[in-house]
Amino acid sequence: MATKLGKQTFKPDTPPYLISTGTVAGPFEGQGPLRDYFDHIYTDTLAGERSFESAEKEMMANACFTCLNKANKTPQEVDVFLAGDILNQTITSGFSALELAIPYMGIFGACSTSALGLAFATMLVDGNYAKLVLAAASSHNSSAERNYRYPTEYGATRKPTTQWTVTGAGAALVAKEGTGPRITHLTVGKVQDLGIKDPMNLGAAMAPAAAATMVQHFADTGRGPDYYDLVVTGDLGKFGHELAIRSCVTKGGFDLTKNYEDCGVMLYDTEKQDVHSGGSGCASSALVTYGYLYQKLLSGELKKILLVATGALHSVTSFQQGANIPSIAHAVSLEIEC
Amino acid sequence: MSRDPKKKPLTVDQKRYTELVDNLTPRPAYLRNGALAFAFGGMVAVAGQLITDFYRLTFRMSSTEAGNPAVATMILIGALLTGFGVFDKLARYGGAGLSVPVTGFANSVVSSALEFKREGLVFGVGSKMFILAGSVITFGVVTAFIIGLIYAIFNL
Repeated sequence: MATKLGKQTFKPDTPPYLISTGTVAGPFEGQGPLRDYFDHIYTDTLAGERSFESAEKEMMANACFTCLNKANKTPQEVDVFLAGDILNQTITSGFSALELAIPYMGIFGACSTSALGLAFATMLVDGNYAKLVLAAASSHNSSAERNYRYPTEYGATRKPTTQWTVTGAGAALVAKEGTGPRITHLTVGKVQDLGIKDPMNLGAAMAPAAAATMVQHFADTGRGPDYYDLVVTGDLGKFGHELAIRSCVTKGGFDLTKNYEDCGVMLYDTEKQDVHSGGSGCASSALVTYGYLYQKLLSGELKKILLVATGALHSVTSFQQGANIPSIAHAVSLEIEC
Repeated sequence: MSRDPKKKPLTVDQKRYTELVDNLTPRPAYLRNGALAFAFGGMVAVAGQLITDFYRLTFRMSSTEAGNPAVATMILIGALLTGFGVFDKLARYGGAGLSVPVTGFANSVVSSALEFKREGLVFGVGSKMFILAGSVITFGVVTAFIIGLIYAIFNL
């Protein structure tokens, strides 16, 4: 069971281990600065499938099997599969679960899915419901474009604040026993609405949620940003990163300028790759955390990380009807003992 | 209390934050975008003029008669460029210079048709083809009707 700290943070009694991860990236992400940290890079955005939706499913399933293989586990040994994505009815997750044949619980947190999955996995493992939980998240640029924006071949100029939906998938295996970084704290976010309506500026819509969760995490745990070697948000982009720093100062007086980065910015070479403000989508935080950061934790270069995955909870319908973009952020702290 | 989210007044926090965002939002490079749109739009116009002249001189048509096949040819070029995956790359720079002329209309129809071919001919290509161009057609027809009405009244 767990101890509740403050208002929104939970501390598991026996912090579970993140024993393995699997990451697969699209070709464009495979040209970015973190390419050496992914398990597999596809050469084709269709991944040999007929549609972008099937391609995304192939990517998520591949990430899951890779994650299991690396830990020498079979799907039969896993108690629960938690997965989410940003397509309607989270079809990627459902179809992947069909292939994996593991008892499945679908989750939706928009782009905050990676941290949401880790939080649920921790609760299941620490609450003695499960010994081994697989958590996955995915997004695909082309399936997201056609779901949320324009057809892929439609030509238009983009605003500097727009973000590029990341193609790829990440999976993580959370276990009661094992080795690797441990999940020591969870801060469950509250939905925020600071009046942003523009879906071409999601970084601005999500930054207040990231700031609120971070400030609450610091207040609940009594830790400051300095406690962590790195604080990362999921997909705020360059502009959202800047706004999150400012919001943390106004909300709680915390200085994030030293050790705070954003996965959507880390994933791309923002000078050479034309992604405007940076990456977005479930795969943004999943690829960076389960790929790059996980390996940095294992090697001991980073020892304490706070992952704050951010999600925009709007839909095309809510936007067209004039509603603001509500957003959320969940925080998970990953720590390794050396 | 109004339930229409558009009419809901902003709270103090929302007002403060949206003002901050407005002030900090990086502005698009208006001058550069405008210059590029001017250049690309100009090139489309020159191409259109050359094609019109081609029909006029080759088939001995009048300028008005040559207009229709010339527009059709421009649409074909726009459609082909979309199909070959070139149009969206050009339009990232050309912007309104490429989307306002008839080439942009062709792009919006063809890109939608291509995008939804996996959903089948009836519910995909057939109905989704005009997902972007639909309003152009609707309001084009409405505007033409009103203009026609005004024209008819003043010519009585």
